[in-house]
Amino acid sequence: MEKVQEVLARNYDKALFRRRAFHPERSEMLSDTNYSYWQSTIRTFWKAKTSRVLIVVIAVLVLYSFVYPLVSRVDPNQVSLDTEQWNMKASPGHWFGTDALGRDIWSRTWTGTRNSLVIALVIALVEVGVGSFVGAIWGYVKKVDTVMLEVYNIVTNIPSTVYLVLLSYIMKPSVFTIVFALASRGWISEAKFMRNKILTLRESEYNIASKSLGTPLMRVVSRNILPHLISLIIMEAALTIPYSIGSEVFLGFIGLGLPQDMVTLGNMVNQGRANFMLYPSQMIFPSLVLCVITVSFYLLGTRFADASDPRNHV
Amino acid sequence: MKKYIIQRLLRSIVTVFVVVFLVFMMLRMMPTSGYFTRDDFLTMTEEMRTTYLKNLGVLDPPLEQFKNFIINTFRGDLGKSITVYPKVDIAEILPEKMMYSAIFGLCSMLVSMITGMSMGLLMARKKEGLADHVGTGYAVLIRSIPSLIYLFLIQILVSRAFKLPMLFYPDRPASWILPILSLSLSSIAWYAIWLRRFLVDEENRDYIKFARAKGFSEKYIMRRHVLRNALLPIAIGIPSDLLLIISGSLIIENLYSIPGMGGLLINAIRQMDNNLVQILVLIYAVLSVLGVFLGDLLVVLIDPRIRLSDDAV
Repeated sequence: MEKVQEVLARNYDKALFRRRAFHPERSEMLSDTNYSYWQSTIRTFWKAKTSRVLIVVIAVLVLYSFVYPLVSRVDPNQVSLDTEQWNMKASPGHWFGTDALGRDIWSRTWTGTRNSLVIALVIALVEVGVGSFVGAIWGYVKKVDTVMLEVYNIVTNIPSTVYLVLLSYIMKPSVFTIVFALASRGWISEAKFMRNKILTLRESEYNIASKSLGTPLMRVVSRNILPHLISLIIMEAALTIPYSIGSEVFLGFIGLGLPQDMVTLGNMVNQGRANFMLYPSQMIFPSLVLCVITVSFYLLGTRFADASDPRNHV
Repeated sequence: MKKYIIQRLLRSIVTVFVVVFLVFMMLRMMPTSGYFTRDDFLTMTEEMRTTYLKNLGVLDPPLEQFKNFIINTFRGDLGKSITVYPKVDIAEILPEKMMYSAIFGLCSMLVSMITGMSMGLLMARKKEGLADHVGTGYAVLIRSIPSLIYLFLIQILVSRAFKLPMLFYPDRPASWILPILSLSLSSIAWYAIWLRRFLVDEENRDYIKFARAKGFSEKYIMRRHVLRNALLPIAIGIPSDLLLIISGSLIIENLYSIPGMGGLLINAIRQMDNNLVQILVLIYAVLSVLGVFLGDLLVVLIDPRIRLSDDAV
């Protein structure tokens, strides 16, 4: 029996198998549907009722907490010397009542929401930004892999409480401290996550296929790899927000949070906790707003993750 | 296999060493006034303070201090606590504290495994059913709400509703219930969600279809095939979970005033009890590195599909 290769070698028309130059227009002709990743992602996301509700809830909360401090004439730090004004129950004048110093809890809650959101957003941006950048390099440059893995082992083996507590002592309690403390530890987990994702993406069959078809690297990156990563980055950022707010509460609990006179949800929850036995509402109201925020951002992140998975695009 | 184990052990030792070194240096960056109690600081003269610090050994160059620390620890001398338990041997403080944390940790591990796994089974049995929705909702809440908020509310409200003690008393068994429950909440969600996802993914695998085609009952397939596979990844985590329970939970031990390890570390850092912090960090680092190592070994032992050749690391 003749070998297949020999038959082929004799019979094939050399002109047929000449390597072609890359034509951007012709490469488009292969895709017969007008499938667009982002359109499908947004459509899948928007189709579910819960997602729409979540978006509305988050939009209302964020807008309100940013607009309220601008238009309101109630000063969240206005203490009252009149004992009648202390620890008041909810009333038309003070919708959430007042705290032990006669400060209006409604106004403090929304100012605190804005401050906490800004802090959480900054942490999320720094952490996910640095994480994705390093993760991309880590995933693509094989040389740094062993080194980075060791760094990862070391950083994740420092107990997070030890790290947070030590840092808060070395640096003074401030917004910068909390952002630095959380982001300087969190970025490496994000980077590891991105690295794992990139490793699987770049070894996947469709990328090998693109490469053997002569697709330029930039095009592989922009069309095959980046869409996956950007959706992951958005998801991670959304999930980091509840985590950052939670950490702020935790740091306040061990007495190392933000300065006491700063109005944030974490400070309010911890101050309300001290008064809980007598005036439970002082903790309950800020906690409720806080929980609505963390739960909605968490759900938003997971929903978006589902919607951004091409397997769920129908 | 042998080569793999030795390599892993060496790497682990390096990791522990670097972690301890980093924390050691961070401790040296804290202001020296923290070594005094407030009264001592005010009554002492500048000279007395310097002698005190010199006697503590904190004025030596940091590298020198680190060398002494390593040598002493290797000799089995853990040193004395400075401020938290003045002049008491650390080796005497730790065992009792570890015991409390370990007992609570063990109980909650049992509770959460049993509850979590049954919850996961129940959720997977009927996808999109009532149990599934309730379980998913529970997991979302537990993961997104800061634990301090619900742990605190549980302590106050549940203890009031069921007439349970609000603080921990070693001689009253009823006071153990709430801390153990609180400790289990998040791992219950973890086990449940994990098992559910595994079961749903596994349902349509070829080997399950084949087993069905052979006419085995669903129950048998579940027990013999699916659950066995499901337990493998859980097994990876067991050694480190077991080892790390002695580190205790900071929030829960604080809320219920349990004299365990959880609060000790914070106290030690707050009062700048360097010796104590160093030993604790060393212990935690060793435990977590050892846990991962043992987990990997355990999987090699119980999973027949994984066989380590000498070049795989």
